[in-house]
Amino acid sequence: MKKFFTSALFKGLVWQVIGFFIGAGLVTGIRALMGLSTTDTFFFTEPAWVLGAFFGAISFLVGCGVTDDWIKWARGIETHDEHEEHWTGWEKYVNVSLDHKVIGIQYTLISLALIAIGGTFALIFRAELAASQLQFLTTEFQIFGQNGPQLYNTLMSLHGIVMIISILLGVSGIINYAVPLLIGAADMSFPRLNAFSYWIAVPAAITLISSLFLGGFDTGWTGYPPLSARAPVGMQMFFMGVFIAGWSSILGALNVVVTVLRMRAKGMTAMKMPIFVWAGLATSIIAMTATQFIGLAFQLVMFQRLFDMGFFDPSKGGNPVLFQHLFWFYSHPAVYVFILPGLGVISELLPVFVRKPLYGYRWIAMSSIGIALVGFVVWAHHMFTSGMNEYLRVPFMYSTLLVSVPTGVKFFSWVATMWKGKISTPTPMLFVLGAIVVFLMGGLSGPPHATVSTDLHLHDTYFVVGHFHDTIFGGFVFPFFAAIYYWFPKATGRRMNEFWGKVHFWLMTPSFFVVTFGMMYVGLLGMRRRIADYDPALGIDTSQLIITIAAFCIALSVLIFFINFFYSIKNGEKAEGNVWESRSPEWQVPSPMSLHNYPTPIEVVGEPYDYGLKDAPYTRFAPASKGKGKH
Amino acid sequence: MQHFVIVGILVIVTTVLTYLGLDVAGLAKQQHPVAASAQSVSIDQLWHWEMIVISFLFAIIFVPMMYSLIAFRQKKGEMKDGEHMEGNTTLEITWTVVPLFLVVIFAYLGGWSLGEVNRVDPQALVINVRGAQFAWTFEYPEYGIVSNELHLPVDRQVVLKMTSADVLHSFWVPEFRLKQDVVPGRITEYRVTPTLVGDYKVRCAELCGTSHAYMENAVIVDTQADYDAWIIEQTEIAQQLAQTPEGQGRLLAVRNGCLGCHSLDGTPGTGPTWFNLFGKQENLDDGTTILVDEAYLAESILNPNAKIVAGFTSPSVMPAFVFTDEEIANIIVYIQTLK
Repeated sequence: MKKFFTSALFKGLVWQVIGFFIGAGLVTGIRALMGLSTTDTFFFTEPAWVLGAFFGAISFLVGCGVTDDWIKWARGIETHDEHEEHWTGWEKYVNVSLDHKVIGIQYTLISLALIAIGGTFALIFRAELAASQLQFLTTEFQIFGQNGPQLYNTLMSLHGIVMIISILLGVSGIINYAVPLLIGAADMSFPRLNAFSYWIAVPAAITLISSLFLGGFDTGWTGYPPLSARAPVGMQMFFMGVFIAGWSSILGALNVVVTVLRMRAKGMTAMKMPIFVWAGLATSIIAMTATQFIGLAFQLVMFQRLFDMGFFDPSKGGNPVLFQHLFWFYSHPAVYVFILPGLGVISELLPVFVRKPLYGYRWIAMSSIGIALVGFVVWAHHMFTSGMNEYLRVPFMYSTLLVSVPTGVKFFSWVATMWKGKISTPTPMLFVLGAIVVFLMGGLSGPPHATVSTDLHLHDTYFVVGHFHDTIFGGFVFPFFAAIYYWFPKATGRRMNEFWGKVHFWLMTPSFFVVTFGMMYVGLLGMRRRIADYDPALGIDTSQLIITIAAFCIALSVLIFFINFFYSIKNGEKAEGNVWESRSPEWQVPSPMSLHNYPTPIEVVGEPYDYGLKDAPYTRFAPASKGKGKH
Repeated sequence: MQHFVIVGILVIVTTVLTYLGLDVAGLAKQQHPVAASAQSVSIDQLWHWEMIVISFLFAIIFVPMMYSLIAFRQKKGEMKDGEHMEGNTTLEITWTVVPLFLVVIFAYLGGWSLGEVNRVDPQALVINVRGAQFAWTFEYPEYGIVSNELHLPVDRQVVLKMTSADVLHSFWVPEFRLKQDVVPGRITEYRVTPTLVGDYKVRCAELCGTSHAYMENAVIVDTQADYDAWIIEQTEIAQQLAQTPEGQGRLLAVRNGCLGCHSLDGTPGTGPTWFNLFGKQENLDDGTTILVDEAYLAESILNPNAKIVAGFTSPSVMPAFVFTDEEIANIIVYIQTLK
């Protein structure tokens, strides 16, 4: 326990509290001097909470020590370029480490923690939806300054945004862990920036979740004004939390782009990169260039509330629809940030378990880039009913439908990869297969939203909710689990329990189909999104009850995963060799990986996925004399 | 070759079964709730075409995948790799170009369907719609009628000119298949030609706050005769009401959407019910009680946050209204009659 109280995480948390009080106190002091009110419903006034949250995040970063080296450089003090590990065991993960593998696991752990929190929120409101009328989130129910229906809205909104942040961090987790290994690099290009990108996500997540206790917010994760301009102070914590988390995304992505461009092993030309690296690159290009827009959109509402600026207030000449453009210009490409790495995991793992080359490697690589680029010009398909210019809807319909072409290329290539293979189905492969089928459902339920007239019925119904969950589970959640089961032996030297892994899969997959098909069905019947209660006359009570039961089955399966995960770290079956018979370079060295990855530099001498071809390795250790001279 | 034949047959069978399954669930030929507008025809037609293509696309991916899993699985103890195939450019180009054609066809059909939906009848009946947390108000400008129920004549195009008093709302009647956001500070249009007499509901589809789920008002499609009778009845009621103070108070309450949150029959709503309200002792959220009299009601209308009744949201979600003293007096007289 003492080790925890001296850890960077604990220090950061203490400093976040101190920083908060400095910021909040500053505003309160200035307000007192100006003769303005100094207290409000939640003790501090709204501006005090906002500046407090901002100061809290900054002092967390300084306090936890992730900025120490930069501060030393600014003061002219030399630091060690070689980063050495001072900690063993779990301590590594609560202290500042510059090792990309440790940071990747840190990202994965915080992502799993947020999945648990966001999932719990979902279970609470899913229970309320099990029958029409309000059962326990009634108007008499009071907590955190909210009554039942308000708490419902807060939990529903937080479920959305907590899961989104969790996905962004999970994506960073896989990319951080796997990309340097796959390209044969010793670490990321900027290890300190990499650590910074991770640590900034911690105060961001805390700020975000604090909104629950400050009156919540009832706008959904989209935060559309004018409603978001009127919501309780929790709204500001939501804006601030996302704003700070955005920094993690932008800086992390920058690091990945530079690493992929500059740090590849000798001989690894673009078309010889492992396919997951292509996906990581495509996703990072989006995250690096689009995240600014959601930060900007949220900042404008923040300022509208704090300084009475009328950006989105029609009575001051503002335009509420403008917010939606700014918001979706990030938030649509963002879903490709979520799914491209997942699709990359599918393409990366499939050849290993099919024992056959990845079919149409170049086409899959280019389709990732294609999806990323087309993804920038489809945002207004979220706004077909918003009241924007009617004629704009047609070009956005074309561009949106166009996304299905590169996505289709991936599906056809996956199927062709499986054709005439020698397929085995251990747990990671099961999740890969599950991902393909679930993502197919997401893909097929998409076009009716794209063709404008059918969307006029579907928009803002549970049909959209079902479609969205299919794309995200198929594009992220299933591949994320596949990646964890697959790379777990690499990270720990042990493997997760195969039996319980299969239980996890066979419980989660059918339950998930029940949930999403149920959602689509009730949506078509008239179930709107984001409502705590629905009209019994719709006749959907039974369907809703079944959805809720299936949702709890998913939760149970994830609980089994968590137990398996933490139990296997110490007690799993030993697996230090090439457990999956993979050709990938990281499996050619013993697990767990040593500090700087490869003992000697590797070089690429073949194709990455030449399964079925004898004596054609992908990489080998570079001859010592030649390798050094070139660098 | 044998594999391709089996898979080909299975793809056809699966396509048909998937389509039939969707049809049995009532999801293929239309988007489930009964279609009640002329606009829904082309929308449901497009949906139907999409379901056919989706059934096929599902089969063409799912079947070969499942077939491979069974036919090409690794037998016990077998350590061999699969066949070394890296790809086939002709095949890749085919499955890029064919979907591209499909995309263009469906985008064209989508444009056609949208054109049908937007077809304008210059003789359309104009009705003004106002959305406010958490109710809809409908104004018939030709007759000076204001109502909380939307009555529409069958087989005649109406254009709803919609605006919002506060936040975003969205006008959706599932049976009409159409949805349009209602935005403060501008007027958005919703054109619909009801084709089926019946009782429906407009359901707000854009999250608008705590009681968003309850922002539902009746939409009644009448025969022309019933519609005319309703118009005459409402016009007479409006004229009669305008002659007495409580009648004017009632009109004000309807026009401003008060009854969306304050019920007239004692059922709980977003705000306290008006039934038996006047003269009663009300418990406030600070623990005190107060007698509901003229002064208290006038204050609560002009400044909803001044006093909050126990059990209701604080700060109040009620917008601050601007009324003349006479209008407030009329509303209070109306509330007094509700016993």
